[in-house]
Order: sequence, then structure tokens, then C-alpha cells
Amino acid sequence: MADFFYMGGYALYVWGSFGVAALCMVAEPLLVRRRRAAIEQRLARMARVQGEVKT
Amino acid sequence: MQSRIINWFKFSSPATFYPLAGRIFPWATVITVVLLAVGLYLSFFVAPSDYKQGEGYRIIYIHVPAAWMSMFIYLVMAFWGAVGLVFNTRMSGMMVQALAPTGAMFTFVALWTGSFWGKPMWGTWWVWDARITSELILLFLYIGYLALHSAIEDSRRADRAGAILVLVGVVNIPIIYYSVQWWNTLHQGASVKMTGATSMDEIMLVTMLIMALACWAYTIAVVMARVRAIILERERTATWVRERAGEGR
Repeated sequence: MADFFYMGGYALYVWGSFGVAALCMVAEPLLVRRRRAAIEQRLARMARVQGEVKT
Repeated sequence: MQSRIINWFKFSSPATFYPLAGRIFPWATVITVVLLAVGLYLSFFVAPSDYKQGEGYRIIYIHVPAAWMSMFIYLVMAFWGAVGLVFNTRMSGMMVQALAPTGAMFTFVALWTGSFWGKPMWGTWWVWDARITSELILLFLYIGYLALHSAIEDSRRADRAGAILVLVGVVNIPIIYYSVQWWNTLHQGASVKMTGATSMDEIMLVTMLIMALACWAYTIAVVMARVRAIILERERTATWVRERAGEGR
């Protein structure tokens, strides 16, 4: 197991590469989700305001 | 034979593309997870170590797919940009807008992993080599597009300006691709060629292709999710969006 993480002495480079790539590919979908939540919230607010204007 | 004509322009309307993107998204997500699991397993447990670079070469399994995606996404953006300029279709600009952040992300990953590969193998984190410099310019093109698009208030005008920027920048793609042939660079030549033999072991090649497909599926999933958010942002005053919000969905 330790052998695996040692990567024949290339641990910093291999894990530094895959680690940052993984970080990016996890962060990006989370940012998209946040963008989505923000617009949904805005739409809900717009609908509420409109409902109040009507009644 | 019965001929059936699909009206592709139907999907240039945000109202029809929105549910389609919603249907594609879960499939692309599942495919991404499966391919990534298989690809990473092959990358670390099945593919043998390289006779020259030992375990260090395994960076190739993320570096090359990311670099391919960085160029390919740009070409797709240029395609949609051109479609938008010619046909003035509404979805095109939104597709370009949705693709750019993912393209920039893959360009960054390609540069970063390249740097982490260059240090142990070449002894340097960075060189102003033709391949690396042109890839850096690609990152600036993505950032430039995103900055330009967000700087223009009217989104339709932003689409047109952005499309022109992307189309001018497309000249950089063949420069990146052929840089290793045109100039004498530190970066090695292509291991996988469109024509002729590949200078790679079969299992290594298969692993790399699966990782590339995983990045493909990832891009489709993220871009579909993002384009749906963009549609809602830009069509927020459209009746179908308002009715949808009113129903709480």
C-alpha cells in the first residue's frame, strides 16, 4: 500500500497532477450547482413578487 | 427506405433545448463515473510501469486527455460561434458560453500536469517551448472570451463579440497541434497519431482512450448542467420559465 503511494519516487508529481485535476473536476460541478441554485432562487423571488402584485 | 428529416433548428430554441439537456445530463453523469472508475483503475493498477520513466509516466493518463479536451472544446466553441453568427440561432451563443469555463479548466489541468511531469523528467517546471506557450495562449483565449462576454451587458451582443473572438483565436489550435513538428521543442512528439502507427503499448493506449472518453462524458454532463442554468438566467422573463417557477419546479 505504501508502495503504491510512493509511486517509485514520483509521488509528488503523480499525486500533484491527479490531485489538482480531481480538485478541479469536483469544484466545477459544485460551482455549476451553485449557479443553478442562485438563478432558481431569483426566479422564485420574481414569481412571488408577481403573485403579490396580482392579488 | 423511409426518409425522415429532423428539424435541427427546433433545438435552437431554449424552450425545447432545456428539457433535452435535462435528459442528457443524468446519462452523461453515469457514463462519466463508470468510465472514470475503469480508467483510473487501469491507470494505476493494470498499466505497467514505463521502462524509462517508471511510475512517473502515469501522469500521461490525465495530461493527454486534458490537453485533447482543451483543444477540442475550443473547436466546438468555434463551431457554435460560427453557427450563431450565420444563423443567429439563440442556443448557439449559450452553448459557447457554457463550454468556455470547462475548456479553461481542462487547459489549466493540461498545463499544470505538464508542469508536474516536466519537473522530474526534464528538470524544469516551465519552458517557453512552442507547445507549452501556445497552450498558455489557449488559456488566455478562454479567459479573454469569458471576460469579454461578461463585460457586455446585452447578452446577444456579447454572443456576437465572443463568437468573433473565438473564431479569430481558432488559428491557435493547429499551431498547438503541429507545434511539436514545426519547431524543435522540448515537448515530445505525438504518441497517438491520426494516421500511421502509434508508439505506445496497447494497454497504455486503451487506458488513455478510456480516460479521454471519461473527460468527454464529464464535459457533456457539466456543459448540459451549465447551459440549463444559463437558459434560465437569460430567459428569465420568458413565459415558459415564469410558469415553471410559479409551479415551484
